[in-house]
Amino acid sequence: MTQDPGSSMTKSGYFTDLHNWLINEDFTSTRQARLHKAYVAWLSLLANPLAFAGFAVVIALVIIAALAPVLTVYDPYGQDLTMALKAPSANHWFGTDEFGRDVYTRIVYGARTTLYISILVTVIVAPIGFVIGASAGYLGGWVDVVLMRVTDIFLSFPSLVLALAFSAALGPGIENAVIAIALTIWPPIARLARAETLTFRNADFVVAAELQGARMGRILLRHIVPLCAPSIIVRLTLNMSSIILTAAGLGFLGLGAQPPMAEWGAMAAAGRKYLLDAWWLTTIPGLAILVVSLAFNLFGDGLRDILDPRNA
Amino acid sequence: MSQTIETRRAASRKLLSAGRKLATSLAVIATTLLGLLIITFVVGRMIPADPVIAVVGDQADQATYDRVYKEMGLDRPLYVQFGSYLADIVRLDFGQSHVTKNQVASDLARVFPATLELATLATIIGAGFGVPLGILSAVRKGTWVDHLARIVGLLGHSTPIFWIGTTVILICYANLGVIPAGGRIDIYNEGLVEGPTNSLIIDSLLAREWDVFWSALHHVIAPALILGYAAMAYLSRMSRSFMLEQLRQEYILTARAKGLGTRPIIWRHAFRNIRVQLLTVVALAYCGLLDGTVLIETVFSWPGLGQYLTSALFFADMNAVLGSVLLIGIISIAINLLSDIVYRFIDPRTR
Repeated sequence: MTQDPGSSMTKSGYFTDLHNWLINEDFTSTRQARLHKAYVAWLSLLANPLAFAGFAVVIALVIIAALAPVLTVYDPYGQDLTMALKAPSANHWFGTDEFGRDVYTRIVYGARTTLYISILVTVIVAPIGFVIGASAGYLGGWVDVVLMRVTDIFLSFPSLVLALAFSAALGPGIENAVIAIALTIWPPIARLARAETLTFRNADFVVAAELQGARMGRILLRHIVPLCAPSIIVRLTLNMSSIILTAAGLGFLGLGAQPPMAEWGAMAAAGRKYLLDAWWLTTIPGLAILVVSLAFNLFGDGLRDILDPRNA
Repeated sequence: MSQTIETRRAASRKLLSAGRKLATSLAVIATTLLGLLIITFVVGRMIPADPVIAVVGDQADQATYDRVYKEMGLDRPLYVQFGSYLADIVRLDFGQSHVTKNQVASDLARVFPATLELATLATIIGAGFGVPLGILSAVRKGTWVDHLARIVGLLGHSTPIFWIGTTVILICYANLGVIPAGGRIDIYNEGLVEGPTNSLIIDSLLAREWDVFWSALHHVIAPALILGYAAMAYLSRMSRSFMLEQLRQEYILTARAKGLGTRPIIWRHAFRNIRVQLLTVVALAYCGLLDGTVLIETVFSWPGLGQYLTSALFFADMNAVLGSVLLIGIISIAINLLSDIVYRFIDPRTR
């Protein structure tokens, strides 16, 4: 805290000073300005209880996925047929499935699958959607027409049906499910990136960069990306929920994750056979999907209010 | 004299521009259709299973394999194969399903009406509840109605639809016994009504077969309500934001200043201006429901396109899968086209 000479020694005083330093708008360095921005965003997240709850659940999901072996005592794949289809109890909080596996353990490990799919899809889709949308918006003309026609073709399929077709062609399996979902999720991102790029396309700073001889890649990366980033990040967060739902739907239909892998959609599908005798087998994985997807929606909504107030 | 020439010129210009607009939209539809066909063709080529083995079996010798390989045209260049694929589709020949042993086209014609019935009913439910809810929450922004609508919308966006289906079966069928476990109609009412529309509800009404009508309604109500809820979540959110946008406009302020009551302002002014946008999102919701039907039909054993598609997937019946996917894509385009046409009727600016 070199910029803050008046820092007092008491702990609460230190936090008050830090708060004042962060909230103060007379910046003395770029670092302070950046920290100020992050701090204000954090405060507005705290001020929105629903968004904060969503954020907390998302963080909890990451922690649960990371610490899965610590949080569980059973083996997610170890079968014990003597313990099959036991109702929830003190030993098995969420009961056991038809192979005697602990449902709680499999839900915890399922968090890994869900995070794996949604993060991988997002990492694939974000750059592809951005490049397609931004180059369509930036170049205009026939490039724009062709790229947007392709985007519209993909948009004209309902997304789950398209993902079904792709995963049927690629074969079952979680990696193929990731590819299939990615193929259906990119068009809205491209649309958004194009719209955002169009608003800056003829801005003075872009023209100035062009006059200085900057190439398209540089302009997109250095000038357009920082300005599109907030709305695209909001969109990606909200997309997480549809990725999770699509992945669960694929798992439910027997594509995507294959048994014995712990995946919530596939677990719900397997439990359907025992729906009338063992309600917990479908109810609990479904609730897990609901909670996580609701959390991403709430967090995304709050994030939009903070990062992208124009579209709120 | 010169005036009539002027008006004639203007009229012909107008006709020309209308013709150009029509040509552009036709070209857009044609390219979208072509794109759909390319996607299904490519997906069909990507299948991991060898299509020749599927026909001759894995015991066949090399000579038989080669002969069938040639017969199926797999030795020809890809663009030729695509051409013959196009020709088949134009003749509505989607190939044979190796599970039902029927032509896929006739299978689709058999299962599609059930899906149409379900999706249409769900859209009516979704729009019937969702649009008023959205408008109400825009008018009463910030009150408990608004918060309730927000929660309903968020839950609808976040809940896996197949899970609502299984939960409803668990509660309403297994515990309360108020709904049937699945299917479209009771077994003893099956085949009693053959009607013009292939919708059991409408046909039985037309034929005044009340037992059949009640049985059909009894079966459709749970899946339609669940799908309708998903549509309602989307439509209430959209109509809320459309309405808020209108209520911010100055003409609303003017109307208020003139002393017009809230109800006429909402329905005679604001609502008239969001009809076009509403129509577009209802069409989008209908397309979105086709996704939902795939899952809900599986849960409720509803004998429609969705269940046909998923069972075809299960048996790796690729002709049936591609036919269904193509049909769903074409329906989506058709619905969007339809909303575009109606849009032109409602909104004089687009004429």
